[in-house]
Amino acid sequence: MKQLIVFIKKEFLQVFRDKQSLLMLFGLPIAQIVLFGFALSNEVKNSKIVVADYSKDVITTQIISKIASGKYFDIEQSLQSANQLQAAFKKGTIKMAVIFPANFAVDLLHTNKASIQIIADASDPNVATTVTNYITQIINDYNVQLGLSSAQPLQIVPEVQMMYNPELRGAPNFIPGVMALVLMLVCTMMTSVAIVKEKELGTMEILLVSPFKPLYIIIAKLTPNLLISIVNFFIIILLSYVFLDLQVKGSLLLLTFCSILFILTSLSIGLLISISAQTQQAAMMGSLMGMMLPTMLLTGFLFPVENMPVALQWLANFVPSRWYFIIVKQVMLKGLGITSVWKETLILLGMCVGLFAISLKKFKIRLQ
Amino acid sequence: MQPVIITEKLTKRFGNFIAANELTFEVYKGEIFGFLGANGAGKTTAMRMLCGLLTPSSGKATIAGFDVYKQTEKIKQKIGYMSQKFSLYDDLTVSENIRFYAGIYGMSYQQIRDKTKELLEELQLQSEAKTLVRELPLGWKQKLAFSVSIAHDPDIVFLDEPTGGVDPVARRQFWDLIYHAADRGVTIFVTTHYMDEAEYCNRVSIMVDGVIVALDSPSNLKKKYAAANMEDVFYELARKATRKGD
Repeated sequence: MKQLIVFIKKEFLQVFRDKQSLLMLFGLPIAQIVLFGFALSNEVKNSKIVVADYSKDVITTQIISKIASGKYFDIEQSLQSANQLQAAFKKGTIKMAVIFPANFAVDLLHTNKASIQIIADASDPNVATTVTNYITQIINDYNVQLGLSSAQPLQIVPEVQMMYNPELRGAPNFIPGVMALVLMLVCTMMTSVAIVKEKELGTMEILLVSPFKPLYIIIAKLTPNLLISIVNFFIIILLSYVFLDLQVKGSLLLLTFCSILFILTSLSIGLLISISAQTQQAAMMGSLMGMMLPTMLLTGFLFPVENMPVALQWLANFVPSRWYFIIVKQVMLKGLGITSVWKETLILLGMCVGLFAISLKKFKIRLQ
Repeated sequence: MQPVIITEKLTKRFGNFIAANELTFEVYKGEIFGFLGANGAGKTTAMRMLCGLLTPSSGKATIAGFDVYKQTEKIKQKIGYMSQKFSLYDDLTVSENIRFYAGIYGMSYQQIRDKTKELLEELQLQSEAKTLVRELPLGWKQKLAFSVSIAHDPDIVFLDEPTGGVDPVARRQFWDLIYHAADRGVTIFVTTHYMDEAEYCNRVSIMVDGVIVALDSPSNLKKKYAAANMEDVFYELARKATRKGD
């Protein structure tokens, strides 16, 4: 036992002395969160719009202030004529125009019907769809607020309800993916490189000649990576809470447990890579190419697995991050408990035990 | 004289290739035993079998009284090993390396502390205790690696080309350490390519194509082959090799 502690201590010393890998260990999750959480989000914030109000009554004023108060729109200016509207679009700075016709409130109260004209700059169709969705949502909200349930809708709007992400926020979709990606990459890469490094240096032979047990070598190599990855997990949770306003809706304990399971699975994969790789570069490439691509493509956070060809869907079942991704989504975003993720958890547990057993068996006491 | 390594027809096959063929020899306590041979002659394979890194295909061998098939864990406690690859962690300091290797051999904290102090004094490295090993000159590293390999007081230490790439002065100093250890009763089993080092050994064996073709003291071998030095003896025997080096 004391021998093991000596070894683990040495592993920590080496990890903390290597500034480059430290930067990667803790920089990677932060960079990914920033990248996926902010930069690569598909939500459109602070779009500049113009408003033309020909009615200027209580209702239009209320709607405009509601539009202005949200984080999605900045009202650039209020227009008086159609000419100004053309000019504003041509400049390319505004995404949308909202026009209230004259006698808006009067029409609404007497005929139960009024319409708002919404013109979006559809040169970027994705943005246009998104901003029009936002605005119809706001108007619908106001509709309900007015209590005009018997009235005709102000505009023909499909009853779209975005479950769990009513504002089409980007973060909820990306964070579980980022978690899977970061944990997978860090674990497999650090583990495989740490072991192959000993092989390359020739220190592995010394360890194998010593009475130190091979199982202990594995445990000592995995311990720092396990702890660092757990810290990484909490960093991601914290970052998404503080900066992306995304909190864990379900049980944090369950999420942590499943994450440790996933971390252990990734560590076992790293162990397997280290057994076949002879150089640190090979281990690094194996982890990057062998793990990053399947994790990115087959996990389901960039492309839905359900839409893939059957062969790929079948293949995706062997990617551990696919199951972890589902667990995180269910527990973190939807607040569901173990009853709805037990199947995924069992699959992950099976993968973890299986992979660890294989790598343990392959990690030979004797060099052959 | 008490034998600490006994082998009888020890053989290792890799498929059809016989890397080490029926090796039979004894090494005595406190002896410096030179294990010579050209590249690919089977030296490393033989040494790995003796250290428990490779299972022999057939034959018998006991190391410090323990069987190489069944008692490898006991053997590991009794031997030290230094490979031709540099075997210290270069991102750890001198004293961290000593503490680590002493630690994995199960020494107590008190013993580790004493040993670290003793080794640093012996190697006159006290001022470098907190220096990263990668910053030391190669000769110092080799001396440190040797001292670390015998830090747990093994009966036998296996040295696989320990002085490769080291300058003559550092090599001479390295051999002083080896003599010192042998005087204390540690058996030294060493492979080398330097024939001047072969002269320093009590006895040498010469391997050609997986077979031991000569085993005696350097002076007897020189007499037998009517050679002026070990270089000529080695050349006389090794040129008969048909295998290519690796």
